[in-house]
Amino acid sequence: MAEPVSTSTLIGSDGFELHPADETAILEQLKHYEQPQAACIDALKIVQRRHGWVPDDAIPAIARVLGIGPGAVEGVATFYSLIFRQPVGRHVVLVCDSSSCFLTGFDELKQALVNELGVDYGGTTSDNRFTLLPVCCLGACDGAPALMIDNDTYGPVTPDDLPRLLEGYP
Amino acid sequence: MSQSIPSQRQSTQYRSRLLQPETERSADTHPLTWRLRDDGEAVWLDEYLRKDGYQSVRKALNEGDPQAVIANMKEANVRGRGGAGFSAGLKWSLTLQGGDMPRGYLICNADEMEPGTFKDRLLMEQQPHLLIEGMILGAYANNSFYGYIFLRGEYVESARVLNRAIDEAREAGWLGPDINGSGFDFDIAVHTGAGRYICGEETALINSLEGKRANPRAKPPFPGQSGAWGKPSVVNNVETLCNVPAVILNGADWYQGLSGDRTKDGGTKLYGVSGPVEKPGLWELPMGTTGAEILERAGGMRDNRQLKAWLPGGASTGFLLPEHLDLPLDFDTVGKEGSRLGTGLLTVVPQEMSMVALMRNLEEFFARESCGWCTPCRDGLPWTVKLLQALEHGQGEEGDIELLDKLAADCGPGLTFCAHAPGAAMPLETALRHFRHEFEQGVGKPRGEAHEDPIPVGQV
Ligand SMILES: Cc1cc2nc3c(=O)[nH]c(=O)nc-3n(C[C@H](O)[C@H](O)[C@H](O)COP(=O)(O)O)c2cc1C
Ligand code: SF4
Ligand code: FES
Repeated sequence: MAEPVSTSTLIGSDGFELHPADETAILEQLKHYEQPQAACIDALKIVQRRHGWVPDDAIPAIARVLGIGPGAVEGVATFYSLIFRQPVGRHVVLVCDSSSCFLTGFDELKQALVNELGVDYGGTTSDNRFTLLPVCCLGACDGAPALMIDNDTYGPVTPDDLPRLLEGYP
Repeated sequence: MSQSIPSQRQSTQYRSRLLQPETERSADTHPLTWRLRDDGEAVWLDEYLRKDGYQSVRKALNEGDPQAVIANMKEANVRGRGGAGFSAGLKWSLTLQGGDMPRGYLICNADEMEPGTFKDRLLMEQQPHLLIEGMILGAYANNSFYGYIFLRGEYVESARVLNRAIDEAREAGWLGPDINGSGFDFDIAVHTGAGRYICGEETALINSLEGKRANPRAKPPFPGQSGAWGKPSVVNNVETLCNVPAVILNGADWYQGLSGDRTKDGGTKLYGVSGPVEKPGLWELPMGTTGAEILERAGGMRDNRQLKAWLPGGASTGFLLPEHLDLPLDFDTVGKEGSRLGTGLLTVVPQEMSMVALMRNLEEFFARESCGWCTPCRDGLPWTVKLLQALEHGQGEEGDIELLDKLAADCGPGLTFCAHAPGAAMPLETALRHFRHEFEQGVGKPRGEAHEDPIPVGQV
């Protein structure tokens, strides 16, 4: 016989507490908008800044602060590519795979990244240091091929540049 | 040495830059960039005011006639620089205002994610006050009480510069209540995104701003009738808004004259080139400058390669050929060649590049970035990628090319909710037309592994 399913088992809410500073930061965002749902993406980013990613348990917690349903938050959290729903490494490498980079050495750069890090897209190095992901045109096409590490944009980057570039992110 | 940054981290750090020195730029001829500094540092408020900053706001608010701002913009015919080329003045004249209509929003589209496009970044990082000035004028004309700069999340430096400039402007009374003693109130917030190209589509952008999934909305109603939170909302590109102050200050005739007799579109344009050229970069040039002139500024093709084809304004524009290099790059002329001016930043393709491989790369982008609402886009684009992968590996089947024709046609204008799918179709359709033989070379072998290549999403 089927057990009744509570929403908390669908989207677990146990064991996650919003950091008070994060809750304050989220509430601070509300003043920019007519309705609280608008702060949803900001809220997800605030949580991600602290934890590196957005665990499932954070969803109802954010929903509660915003006064909206968890489904609305989950829908948003799964749509946007820069909201991470799995743990990532300490640093995220976003390599641009769009056209101008493709025309100026993306394939070699991507291969060198895979060799250097030992992981492919979506993978995290075993020392938990880097996660590798593709990204749309970084708007740095005059410096193609380009990539971002955390908040820093680099380009043009050659495979030879990689070891020393990555060194800057312990 | 824990504070030290490895030198490599410095030397490859990307910085947005204009490849025209100050000596080549003047207020009369370079309304978008004349104030930019050769050292690439941002022009902050003091310097901006010394360089005639906010004079257009002073003028317009003194005159006290918002409709005159719209009339000026209509006459100048400033065409949208986000890619579609719609007249900003005309758009503004259609915004609902007056009567019981609540004041609405002025939204700057700073989502810049069109592959091959890197112009709005320069304007935001080095001259934030010009954008703010343009937004104040836009808000005044459209009776907007609040403005958002919808900025892609990856533009960390733009966010830093814009936020500081907004604070400066507010402190000096250019934002906030009773701007410059005029009785007009307006303020701006920077809203940063979290990825996804589709956020740049104006109605998807509004959904995203409201904290929802970025699916486009059906039109009508247009944003000017019912946009963010149901209020009249005007969405304009960064570069479009940066054109407004000079139009208001110097007039429509002057603006029209900037492009001389090159084209009937007035003004200047931030043109650029990327791909294998000697000096990829950005320049402010008269509207209607030719591809040949721009390519020459870029020093021509790198290592004496041959130019095979080029995209005039991003991934969602159609391929042009070397024979098109002498056409004036304006909206109508490029449109007549089966392409679009788009963002006006050229992407060059060298002779040795396989058009099949390049199309595969482009369609991977469009397939990944589909919002999933319409079938031809959501299902047709991954199918297109699979066919291109097969052709690229020489494993295409008879009929594959005709199927590509059909998939492209199914994504044509008017068949889907937004212009993402037509954007995916245009480069494909033009590549199939101009370079069909390259696709045909991929046909003839049995189907095999190639079909199993994944589309590189790699989301976590
Ligand atoms: C898929 C898609 C992505 C778009 N991305 C952008 C963008 O990043 N920036 C932009 O200004 N316009 C973008 N646009 C165009 C906008 O929908 C809209 O036309 C534009 O912001 C209007 O401003 P303008 O008239 O000043 O150009 C995009 C359109 C589509 C269909
Ligand atoms: S055309 Fe594509 S991106 Fe646009 S609404 Fe339809 S599915 Fe979404
Ligand atoms: S295509 Fe890679 S930065 Fe634009």
